[in-house]
Amino acid sequence: MLASSLRFKKPALFNPVLYVARFYSHLPLSVPIKLPNGIVYEQPTGLFINNEFVPSRQSKTFEVISPSTEEEITHVYEAREDDVDIAVEAAKKAFNSTWKTADPAERGKVLYKLANLIEKNAETLAGIESLDNGKSLFCARGDVALSANYIRSCAGWADKIYGRLIETGSSHFSYSRREPLGVCGQIIPWNFPLLMWSWKIGPALATGNTIVLKPAEATPLSALYVSQLVKEAGIPAGVVNILPGYGKIVGERISRHPNIKKIAFTGSTATGRHIMKAAAESNLKKVTLELGGKSPNIVFADADIEKAVSNIIMGIFYNSGEVCCAGSRVYVQDTVYDKVVQAFKESSEKLKVGNPFDESTFQGAQTSQVQLEKILSYVDIGKKEGAKLVTGGERIGEKGFFIKPTIFADVKEDMRIVKEEIFGPIVTVSKFSTVDELIEMANDSEYGLAAGIHTIDINKAIDVSNRLTAGTVWINTYNDFHQNVPFGGFNQSGIGREMGAEALDNYTQVKAVRIKIDPKQV
Amino acid sequence: MTELPEFHELTLPNGFSYKQPTGLFINNKFVPSIKKETIDTIDPSNGEKICSVYAASEEDVDVAVKAAKDAFKTTWRHTSGSDRGRLLVKLSELCERDTDKLAAIEAIDSGKPFEQNAKGDIGELYNVLRYYGGWADKVHGQTIPVDDNKLAYTVHEPYGVCGQIIPWNYPLCMLSWKIGPALAAGNTIVLKSAEQTPLSALYLCNLVVEAGFPAGVVNIISGLGPVAGSALSTHPLVSKIAFTGSTAVGQIIQKAASSNMKAVTLETGGKSPLVIFEDANLEQAVKWAAFGIFFNSGQVCTSNSRVLIQEPIYMKFIEKLKECIDSDYKQGLPFGDDTVMVGPQVSKQQQDRILKYIEIGKKEGAKVFTGGYKVTDDEVLAKGYFVKPTIFYDVTPEMTIFKEEIFGPVVSCIPFKTEEEAIELANDTLYGLAAALFSKDITRAHKVARELEAGMVWINSSNDSDFRVPFGGVKMSGIGRELGEYGLTNYTQTKAYHVNLGWDL
Repeated sequence: MLASSLRFKKPALFNPVLYVARFYSHLPLSVPIKLPNGIVYEQPTGLFINNEFVPSRQSKTFEVISPSTEEEITHVYEAREDDVDIAVEAAKKAFNSTWKTADPAERGKVLYKLANLIEKNAETLAGIESLDNGKSLFCARGDVALSANYIRSCAGWADKIYGRLIETGSSHFSYSRREPLGVCGQIIPWNFPLLMWSWKIGPALATGNTIVLKPAEATPLSALYVSQLVKEAGIPAGVVNILPGYGKIVGERISRHPNIKKIAFTGSTATGRHIMKAAAESNLKKVTLELGGKSPNIVFADADIEKAVSNIIMGIFYNSGEVCCAGSRVYVQDTVYDKVVQAFKESSEKLKVGNPFDESTFQGAQTSQVQLEKILSYVDIGKKEGAKLVTGGERIGEKGFFIKPTIFADVKEDMRIVKEEIFGPIVTVSKFSTVDELIEMANDSEYGLAAGIHTIDINKAIDVSNRLTAGTVWINTYNDFHQNVPFGGFNQSGIGREMGAEALDNYTQVKAVRIKIDPKQV
Repeated sequence: MTELPEFHELTLPNGFSYKQPTGLFINNKFVPSIKKETIDTIDPSNGEKICSVYAASEEDVDVAVKAAKDAFKTTWRHTSGSDRGRLLVKLSELCERDTDKLAAIEAIDSGKPFEQNAKGDIGELYNVLRYYGGWADKVHGQTIPVDDNKLAYTVHEPYGVCGQIIPWNYPLCMLSWKIGPALAAGNTIVLKSAEQTPLSALYLCNLVVEAGFPAGVVNIISGLGPVAGSALSTHPLVSKIAFTGSTAVGQIIQKAASSNMKAVTLETGGKSPLVIFEDANLEQAVKWAAFGIFFNSGQVCTSNSRVLIQEPIYMKFIEKLKECIDSDYKQGLPFGDDTVMVGPQVSKQQQDRILKYIEIGKKEGAKVFTGGYKVTDDEVLAKGYFVKPTIFYDVTPEMTIFKEEIFGPVVSCIPFKTEEEAIELANDTLYGLAAALFSKDITRAHKVARELEAGMVWINSSNDSDFRVPFGGVKMSGIGRELGEYGLTNYTQTKAYHVNLGWDL
């Protein structure tokens, strides 16, 4: 293989001064890493193609930073267009030779093994996730458990991808089959690196597709680590290929690759739009998108205020607010508005923010400097627009990307902090009096990912949930996922659904077969 | 009244030594039966006793049912589908790990050739358990749009305690077909194994414990049909009964179930036709026909015991079928020779019954092409319950061997002229379990398949079941479907919810 022989070739123009951060031809394919919780493990650094870790063709690397210390964790190899081509070729070959034709139950069997291996390595994976993303161990452990559960659920689906027999009278025999698409390109974000990996690969593999997946450049480590488990579980070479790299290069090539039949992306709405266009211009790839949100979280006067407040907190500060469905717009009925804002403020100020590896930490670091700055800029915007800063609004310390949980009250619906996705621990609290008024405010968004309702009145809960424009509605709970419940957005929050039986539709195409049985009948 | 040790130390002919539990498996423990009654289990390949195990009385059934009821109330109905699934998948993994052990026990107790038959059953066992493990968190209801004033939805609830009675021809496979969907759907179980073949199910109970099932979820008892089976079928706390076995017993069970309106699933007898058209790939038709009647010594409810052959190829087929028996269906002991395909019948009673049918066939004027007798020419095999694979030809629809289920390696061959005649002959039976047909003509194949009265139709194969595809009969071959997604429907009852959102009276 060309890729591996290049590893030993020093580029002629190698200049350590100029290229030190981006150009390590000698980066080993795995490096030992000691996690702050004491676990020592070997971190793969190569691209994962054909069940092997290989250097990128151009031997470029990029650095991975720990957001809680701003220190370098390691470098990993950076994929470029030529690496994408190699990975797609490997995936295509695997699709045609082994994966598509295998007994579906066999696919299930290896996915069950993969789920078990994720659980076996749970503490290491949670540690990697905390180190790389900055999220608290509390959050990271939840991600690992959800990932294992989801892969296990997909394992069960593998041999249950049924078509239908369509009764059309005795003259014909008609049936449908649900066939895999082929090579799927998948691009995942940095807020839930492992969990999004599982949401992507689970249904794609269960339905018989092969994969070229790009993890986010900010958080490539867990996807590389689990690649070892992919191999150990017995998933054949070429079925899962992982390419760390940048969106503009690797993401772009994946989106436009002529041999990729489907692209799935989770990330910003702007990038989602770009990917959809690229898919259209290249080969009309099937597209699934799970994008941004500005989800309303609604508290009615009759709600249990204490519980509602803890759900609002889970809704916006869980995972440091870096959640696409974060309940970033809180709507409180006027008669309890002041009471709720006060309780919310008090509870938020008690949240422990800091070292993700501290067992008592609730909120860790934001994932990058860029995010930190973006969030702080929105704090300024909010102040300028005249919103009342109830609490937070500033960075904590000087090392690590930590931000205080931030609440803005007395906001107007046309303020940018109410309209735009901030993707951080920053929330606005609006006031409403009637249900009709609320529905208008809540639905006045280009997004439609999720919504929350807090009330003891079952009729109101269901009536409001029916009227909300959102792919997920949580009632008396929030950010409460289950592997069998579909997730995805209305409006500009996305196309398609992840998890549940619905996710399988994203990765299958229907073939209808119609056989004429009786030539005498028309 | 006999005291048995908790385990028998057994060494099987292939050298495998193990501890055979003897008790009733209730609440995750092996316990003696209350009255200390026992049954002997016999090695059908030589007629010798293997060992005795405790047999359940009505009182024992009551204890087991109450254990299952408690487990349902306290643990199992609160166990999430995902967790139930994990336990089933774990059990599947343990069965796969213990393939050789389970296969050896199955071979000694039922007479199945170890290499060519028993091992395959274990594959079926763990595949079915894994498959239903996958379903456990996917048993979903529906929401039904009615109008703005109503939220309507359904939940597929488990029944509670399910009684399950399984036969001796596929002890572990039938166990998996029964417990897999029942547990996935959230029921608890009291399962009675067949009195001829209690051993493998008891051994599997060790794995149920090892997998981590809560006590009382799976209860397995050995015992006699008229005693333990009857007690299960009439027990007021059993909400559902599932039975695989003869049509006659199925009728008794259905009647008994009416006592408290138990839901009933029955998978009963068959007299399944295999129709061979002259355009068929004869080579393949012969091989599948042989497989469909001689595999497992013909002790298969779906066996193609009636082969209908289009006239031009009638005698040619029969000659080739005999050649196939001679070359591919070697008869012998379950252990020691990996090429043996046909073992003994499961019991003396079955052997006698089959031989009786052979005599009736001869008397009624059917002609024997090959076989037709019990094996006496081999000193070793003569001790066991072996019947020579038998082909009858020139069988007519009035004959007993055309009508009644023999459940042995005995096939009746009947000629036909036209498609219509074939369909009429095929459907001329009380049963409707399976049917098979061979034709290269895709139009004819589908057309005829539609006309066949059967729960399963194989086109260009026979007895080619798969755990993902439903299995069950029409007419007197049964009620309900096992396997596939359909299998789950036997073990759930639908509850409809109406939520009034604002329709004030």
